[in-house]
Amino acid sequence: MTVVIAGAAETDEVGRLPGHSTMQLHLEAARNALADAGMTVHDIDGVATVGTPGPIQIAHALGITPAWLDGTGVGGSSFLFHVRHAAAAIRAGLCRTVLITHGESGRSRVGAGRFGLGADSLLGQFELPYGVVGPPTSFTITALRYMKETGLTHEQLAEVAVAQRRWAHLNPRAMYRDLITVEDVLASRMVAYPFHLLECCLVTDGGGALVVTSEERARRSPVYLLGSGESAESPIISQMEDFTTSKGFRLSGEAAFAEAKITHEDVDHLMVYDAFAHVPLYGLEDLGFVGRGEAGAFVAEGHTSPGGRLPLNTNGGGLSYTHTGMYGMFAIQESVRQLRGEAAAQVPDVEVSVVLGNGGMFASAATLVLANRLP
Amino acid sequence: MKPVPKPTPETQPFWDGAAEGELRIQRCKTCERHYFYPRPSCPRCGGDRVEWVRASGRATLYSYVINHRPAPGFEADAPYAIAVVELEEGVRMMTNIVGVPNTPENLPLDMELRVVFERRGDVSVPLFEPAGGGAR
Repeated sequence: MTVVIAGAAETDEVGRLPGHSTMQLHLEAARNALADAGMTVHDIDGVATVGTPGPIQIAHALGITPAWLDGTGVGGSSFLFHVRHAAAAIRAGLCRTVLITHGESGRSRVGAGRFGLGADSLLGQFELPYGVVGPPTSFTITALRYMKETGLTHEQLAEVAVAQRRWAHLNPRAMYRDLITVEDVLASRMVAYPFHLLECCLVTDGGGALVVTSEERARRSPVYLLGSGESAESPIISQMEDFTTSKGFRLSGEAAFAEAKITHEDVDHLMVYDAFAHVPLYGLEDLGFVGRGEAGAFVAEGHTSPGGRLPLNTNGGGLSYTHTGMYGMFAIQESVRQLRGEAAAQVPDVEVSVVLGNGGMFASAATLVLANRLP
Repeated sequence: MKPVPKPTPETQPFWDGAAEGELRIQRCKTCERHYFYPRPSCPRCGGDRVEWVRASGRATLYSYVINHRPAPGFEADAPYAIAVVELEEGVRMMTNIVGVPNTPENLPLDMELRVVFERRGDVSVPLFEPAGGGAR
């Protein structure tokens, strides 16, 4: 059975939305995605979401009585997991049409979940005592080792932010759109050496939703799920096996490419979760688009920028477009827009798009291979 | 006040060791390799014939960041390094580096370190200083 994304939409706005609760962001995105699909809540019999307020409340608020729920909560990659799990459930006949929602008041914290783990958690015992202040001080901790092992320079790390701003410059919905230079990045405030402010993601409010179903139930030109993969590594970053490569990225990518029966030459467009500037470099290498240690030069040479041969993070990414906290939904949304020819910074002739999602800090990973035609 | 870890049954021997000035980690008797963080069975072979051993306390600097936005309790230290060190026994752990100014120039990767302990409330936390001795 061919499974497709039959509807996809974000909230009306993303960015600073203090007038929206977390719940409202979910529901607005859900209504927009249903309208995009040409469907109503009566077509939905499966619901998946992560975080606050969870799939029971989302289903109940929308008036859906679900035959299938998925609350897989493995960080910002969760929505890629939901797509993969929904595809399996639809193929198994557990449900017919799944609504996947994301809403997060990451910036304004209206009706948002609480952060924080106890002093007796793994994090609380073995990382928080050392003055960790969230992802900017721990997701980033792999970079110096990567730089030593591969020769990546500070300037090349900055180039990731520069390249993505070029895409954001073309996207009216992006939070930051002014073109920047390597010098601008290196002159921005130091957050956690070697990361400057412009090498760290935004913190925003917003949401997005997807309708996943079988091809025959789709009511508009569908986006096909050709393949997917998922994996996980360490729950705390200090225990990541090798600080220069993500096992989850590699394994989920290999599985997705194998199921889709594609090679790297088939890929026209790529989204790699970019909470910080080094993450797309790991993604490019761990998915096999470039060799080990080559990603920095590849980005610096412009290959991922507008006009380049591998357009990457074409909405501007978490660094310039939006990052609510669990960004993966927005990466999928941009892939769908590119495959439909509806993106703000549209790449010509996109037929196959790959999305790599990260959860936690290299903790979980999932990859989707999407296409606007069947091979 | 800096965060104080709260031991759980499976981690208690680690924290008991720290309180006595010993860095204790686990070792699998079946595959004869050390592992960390504390767990009841070996993450490599799955075996539950595991024991607690005293680590040498010698380590090298694997990677780090220098945090410019201090966590509560760390205001006086900022900017300070949050580091991951690799113990001689092959396992890694997060820590802070003491006894040397926390600047990139003073913290080359792979520099040799040794464990010291800092008392926090009822718990002692393992930190690391340059193997040649701290300059404090």
